[in-house]
Amino acid sequence: MSKISNKFKDMTDTNLLLTITVVVFFLMYIGAIVFQGKGFLKPQTFFNILNTNAALIILSCGMSLVMITGGIDISVGGVTALVSMCCAVYLDFKGGNVAVSMLIAILIGLAYGVVQGFLVAYLDIQPFIVSLAGMFFARGMTTIVNTNPFNVANEKFVALKETRIIVPGMGTVNKLGKYVDAYVEIGVIVALIIVILMFCLLRWTKLGRSFYAVGGNKQSALMLGINVKKTKFLSHILCSLLAGIGGYVYFLHVGSGAVTHAQGAEMNAIASSIIGGTMLTGGVGNIIGTFFGVLSLSTIQNIVASAGLDQAWWTGITIAAMLCIFLVVQSVVMARKKRAIKK
Amino acid sequence: MSKIFKNQIFIPVAALLLLMLFNLVIDPSFFKISMGVNSAGNPVLSGYLITIINNGSELAILAIGMTLVTAASGGQDISVGAAIAIAGSTMLRVLCGTNTRPDTLRTPIFVAFIVGCLVAMAFGAFNGVLVSIFKIQPMVATLILYTAGRSIAAWINNNELPIISDPKFGYYGGFIPGIPIPTPFFIAMGCVVIIALVLKFTNLGLYTQAVGINESSSRLNGINPVFIKWLTFVILGACVAVAALIKVSRLSSINYSVIAKDIEMDAILAVALGGNALSGGKFNMAASIIGAFVIQTLTTTLFKYNVPSDALPAYKAIVVIALVVFSAPTFRDAVSKFVKNIKGGKSKEVAHV
Repeated sequence: MSKISNKFKDMTDTNLLLTITVVVFFLMYIGAIVFQGKGFLKPQTFFNILNTNAALIILSCGMSLVMITGGIDISVGGVTALVSMCCAVYLDFKGGNVAVSMLIAILIGLAYGVVQGFLVAYLDIQPFIVSLAGMFFARGMTTIVNTNPFNVANEKFVALKETRIIVPGMGTVNKLGKYVDAYVEIGVIVALIIVILMFCLLRWTKLGRSFYAVGGNKQSALMLGINVKKTKFLSHILCSLLAGIGGYVYFLHVGSGAVTHAQGAEMNAIASSIIGGTMLTGGVGNIIGTFFGVLSLSTIQNIVASAGLDQAWWTGITIAAMLCIFLVVQSVVMARKKRAIKK
Repeated sequence: MSKIFKNQIFIPVAALLLLMLFNLVIDPSFFKISMGVNSAGNPVLSGYLITIINNGSELAILAIGMTLVTAASGGQDISVGAAIAIAGSTMLRVLCGTNTRPDTLRTPIFVAFIVGCLVAMAFGAFNGVLVSIFKIQPMVATLILYTAGRSIAAWINNNELPIISDPKFGYYGGFIPGIPIPTPFFIAMGCVVIIALVLKFTNLGLYTQAVGINESSSRLNGINPVFIKWLTFVILGACVAVAALIKVSRLSSINYSVIAKDIEMDAILAVALGGNALSGGKFNMAASIIGAFVIQTLTTTLFKYNVPSDALPAYKAIVVIALVVFSAPTFRDAVSKFVKNIKGGKSKEVAHV
């Protein structure tokens, strides 16, 4: 028993919360398979979760970076909508090509990052207020760019959107006895690459470690010789850049531009990060956890939908309940751990 | 002179004057107030200024609670919009029962308001427990209700949209016959007077600031920070209920996904505009309330120049960023240094001569 509690003490906050998240996700998925029937056994169900949430994974990665550094960015949903609309208008009305539209997405993200990062890091304004204004601005600009929602008809873009990457060996035989391949969209590949990149960044680079240091304790980070302002600045740039990329992936998934796109995406991203064990106080968090956070969030949405509780309000209530449980569990676990260390 | 600039109330008042000046220069008809007659045959005042004090009322009421929450916990409640939906839905449910088009109200409006108030305060208490006992950051704790609130509101009324035809219910968000000034303004002023009296005659203000500035030292001085934090959230719940009554009364109905949309953002902005630190501590209630009316003036001004309501946030964002940058201590220091340098350079020249 004492061995276990020793291990418990030795675990870092990040790993402890990560373990909770991963265990909960697998329990939930197994529960879904047991109680909801065979739908969840099909690999394609899982891949569909990835397909619909590729953009959210990317957004949540950015969100986690900022949250680890001790900030927050609620403009990511707005940036997603703005990127979708700008790219849609450029592709359809201006007859542009796909590569340039990707560049536009990245530039919008970068511009957002520079402005917000500067205001937060160098002018010491609360990140919440800055990104709140950023969200307002992005939503408003989306309307100014174009008010009416429309589908993009650009051939090259549609071809790219329809591209399916077949996952070998995961297909299933459907009711007609025909073999159907399991597939993922391009966005999923992008999202996975970003998850791996960000994981490596946080774990093995100097910048990544200084994110944790600044989030954990600004004063100590400063004494260690870390440039706190620059670190904060870079975290916001990375987050907004990822929001730009995530916006394009979202655009690639839906293939249209609309003001209402990605409504509430920022809250979902924050929720996924929290479920994934990132703490808003900063200094604690993990990208793999965030990835599982997104999966948990969307799995519970799927469970609710397939349980026949398809009235819209159940989704909101279950997500909120889950968020509540996770927050309370986190808070209790951390308080206990602190007490254990004190003893 | 510098005393005036340093006073916290200077920022929102200056912003208000600036907006008024802008309107005066571009189009003085902004200040025109005319007497008209509404559809019920009552004399009413109309004009942009009346619109501001009418629509700014809910915001001012919310700003009161939000200021206290911000000061005590160093965070903001982002669930007020959703909580308004819940409180409003509850009131309608109490008034209408299961019949969505009642000819007569089932209960007096006062009873419905009390029930709505209790529900809103209960949800406020829920947020408060998460923040004060479980030590979750306020923004994250209230994220729960933000996500679920509108769903719960729809669920309370079985996703139906009751409509109340009794004209008496419309008084709270409209006009009382014979009084040409919109009722919400009186309600808001009532709330302001109550909070002013509370702050003057109780230790609430002092304790809130103490908890916000340093939680551990306030505990050592015999204040219970957990209770104070919890209390501010419950007070915000009461403010939410009053705002919900006005909101629901305006329409005599409810729309779960649209009612009080984005009002949490406006309320937080009002607090920030009032020069209150969003990280908690000292607060100035009057500045927050004026801040709320500044936000409403800005909104009304933008509407006047035919800015579509969806594009409104973009302009608001620019103004907000400008205000926040100007009031940022770092920016002020830099400016004063710059000014000093120029002055210093001049005096040196004089010395040389």
